[in-house]
Amino acid sequence: MMTNEREYSSDLEGTSFSNEQSDLVWDHEDVLDLDDFTVQEIETVIALAEQMREVLDRRIARAPALRGFTVINLFFEPSTRTRASFELAGKVLGADVISVSADNSSVVKGESLIDTVKTLSAMRADAIVMRHSMSGAPYLASTYTDAAIINAGDGSHAHPTQALLDIYTLKQRLGSLRGKKIVMVGDISHSRVARSGIWGFSAMGAEVVLCGPPTLLPAGLNDNVHVSRKSSNLPSVQVETDIDVALDNADVVMALRLQKERQQGGLLPSLREYSKLYQVTQERLSRAKQSHVLMHPGPKNEGIEIAGNVASGSNSTIEEQVTNGVAVRMALLYLLAGKGQVGAN
Amino acid sequence: MTTLAIHNARVIDPKLGLDGVMDIVVVDGRIGRIGPNEAEMVIDAERIDASGLTVTPGFVDLHCHLREPGFEHKETIATGTLAAAKGGFTTVCAMPNTEPPLDSQATAESVLHQIEQSAQIRVLPIGCVTLGRAGTELAPAAELVESGVVAISDDGDAVANTALMQAALSYSSLFALPVVQHAEDPALVANGQIHEGWISTRLGLRGRPSSAEEILVARDIALAEVTGGHLHLAHISTSGSVSLIAAAKARGIHVTAEVTPHHLTLTHEIVAFDGQSSAIRYDTSAKVNPPLREPRDLEILTEALAQGIVDAIATDHAPHSKSDKEIEFDLAAPGISMLETAFGLAMKRVHDGSLNLPTLIKTLTSGPVDSWSLENRTNTPGLGTLSPGSPADIAIIDPDLLWKVDTQEFLSKGKNTPVDGWELKGKVLATIFTGEPVFVDPEMSSRLRLN
Repeated sequence: MMTNEREYSSDLEGTSFSNEQSDLVWDHEDVLDLDDFTVQEIETVIALAEQMREVLDRRIARAPALRGFTVINLFFEPSTRTRASFELAGKVLGADVISVSADNSSVVKGESLIDTVKTLSAMRADAIVMRHSMSGAPYLASTYTDAAIINAGDGSHAHPTQALLDIYTLKQRLGSLRGKKIVMVGDISHSRVARSGIWGFSAMGAEVVLCGPPTLLPAGLNDNVHVSRKSSNLPSVQVETDIDVALDNADVVMALRLQKERQQGGLLPSLREYSKLYQVTQERLSRAKQSHVLMHPGPKNEGIEIAGNVASGSNSTIEEQVTNGVAVRMALLYLLAGKGQVGAN
Repeated sequence: MTTLAIHNARVIDPKLGLDGVMDIVVVDGRIGRIGPNEAEMVIDAERIDASGLTVTPGFVDLHCHLREPGFEHKETIATGTLAAAKGGFTTVCAMPNTEPPLDSQATAESVLHQIEQSAQIRVLPIGCVTLGRAGTELAPAAELVESGVVAISDDGDAVANTALMQAALSYSSLFALPVVQHAEDPALVANGQIHEGWISTRLGLRGRPSSAEEILVARDIALAEVTGGHLHLAHISTSGSVSLIAAAKARGIHVTAEVTPHHLTLTHEIVAFDGQSSAIRYDTSAKVNPPLREPRDLEILTEALAQGIVDAIATDHAPHSKSDKEIEFDLAAPGISMLETAFGLAMKRVHDGSLNLPTLIKTLTSGPVDSWSLENRTNTPGLGTLSPGSPADIAIIDPDLLWKVDTQEFLSKGKNTPVDGWELKGKVLATIFTGEPVFVDPEMSSRLRLN
């Protein structure tokens, strides 16, 4: 693990980034999930993200610390916010950013994922930001390239940058996550946001509660029988199918997007029933702490998993999450560019 | 007249009740004499010094995929049978999920011709249950039997339609033909990748629940009971299946079952973890249907084998090319290349004390032969045994030899196995098929005196 006490500075006046705690801990060539992040590493990202947020809030948000660094967004699944967020994050830092989507790349001609990644790697991409509908795809990609792979969401598996931006947002609101009750409501089975959230929130000391109908809760949560240190399950969580019980005294409530396909897949009788049973409403939130934080990773279906007045209410951080997402992604690109090592030059 | 004398082996033949040090004399491809010091007076023979080694009947595999015709880039009858010989097998039954599938007399004849041309050992074809494996109309079982198929199966897929499965069991009872079911309810395993449990949740992969297997096992046992047909359950993988089979056998229903070496020894955890690092992986080489299950399932399956509830070890050898496996997990082909590691892997259960060696050998020899009545079906008396007059199909093994699996040394085209690089204890050193050595390990060369 690298601990670097030097101050980071870019070549442009007024764009010097430093770590407040003066010790930056970072040992990652890729960002695939948060399961291999230490608390110190998460704190490093957050501390840098705070500085990136200051840059973003300037009238002209530019700090070209990553000039000459090439970022390729490789999106095999439609995405507006995550893709735009990474594009902006790279551009604010002066990196060259291009986006390739499965629709107009050679992927539709049957080029394999491995070939695509090798090709982008041969074009000297420094970082590949990857979104894929299949769990594990970024892990496969990372074994075929020296470029840093950032997982921007893989199937039902992980979405680590979302979890990091959520942690950053919660630290802004709550100071610390230690001992806080965080309730995620919705389709846990298919949610990569939930899985990465479980890792990240648990690492920061929060108590995680998962709430949803039994058909959308995954198997084997908390199953630690026969599990060794070398094969760890997700951190232990509470599972609660009754939303009123789940929300009781909650510090944080996160509504997850409900995919309409779940109804066709026979997992729900109707979206109407889902919203009757699990919609996060003002009335239900009265059970949570009055100061609760309301989150949604977006894009949201107002009137299904979340009531419109809740989404735009004073407890909501939904827009903050989006802005913080750019800052967190800036921080990650900065770290993956090896700025920790060349910063003192 | 050619004679082969095998000296001083520990001979294990469960069917004949043999377990002791003795000699075997092979004359003109058949077992001649067997007993202590029988080889002493034999003159002008090729000789094998098997002191300290174990000799058993050649292994019999009820379930492998040789891929020919149609998928010769994955395996051929030639390479698959070379791999089988290296694994100690002298008889293998080949699944019909080829292209075209083996669902007609014409295809059967052409496959048999290819077997005649290129097989190193005995290959017994299995025919399809349904035309084109499509699950809608019965394939011509009488004609397939006439051509020489020894069982029917749509393996790779279940025969899902209950009425059709009932008809298959009912009609095949005319020929006492085993109907081999790949028992996984398609609706419950749709898009499923690995066992449904904490690993599938950890990796975000769709699960294939144990209940998907048990539901079809229970259904098909009920169908076997009403039809009087012979149900053979392929590669069973769950403790629940074992209970159902035990109860069915106790009621006298004609049910037999096999288990694979990997379902006896590997759990779903190896998909995600290599046992060394805490980092996760998506190891497509451990993707197989039915999936690798949980530790408790392994224990119950091993006990069931010891108790005779499960009749046979079958490899489900499923070779794939590199490009079939080096791909997104959801897209990777299911299956493990197993012929060359089957014995060594299954021996883990002997070395950990849960099976004894004669029982393991039984489940690799007379167990499979008897469960499908292969002696009668192939008109080969003594198949799966070392009884005098039977074909001299012999495996020479060292149950205690440590060796390292290296897929680069596989004779199979399929290098797809999660146990590459593993150290296994127990190795096949030579395989003799109808009196001829079809595989000899370099470790054996100093023990051979061949003409």
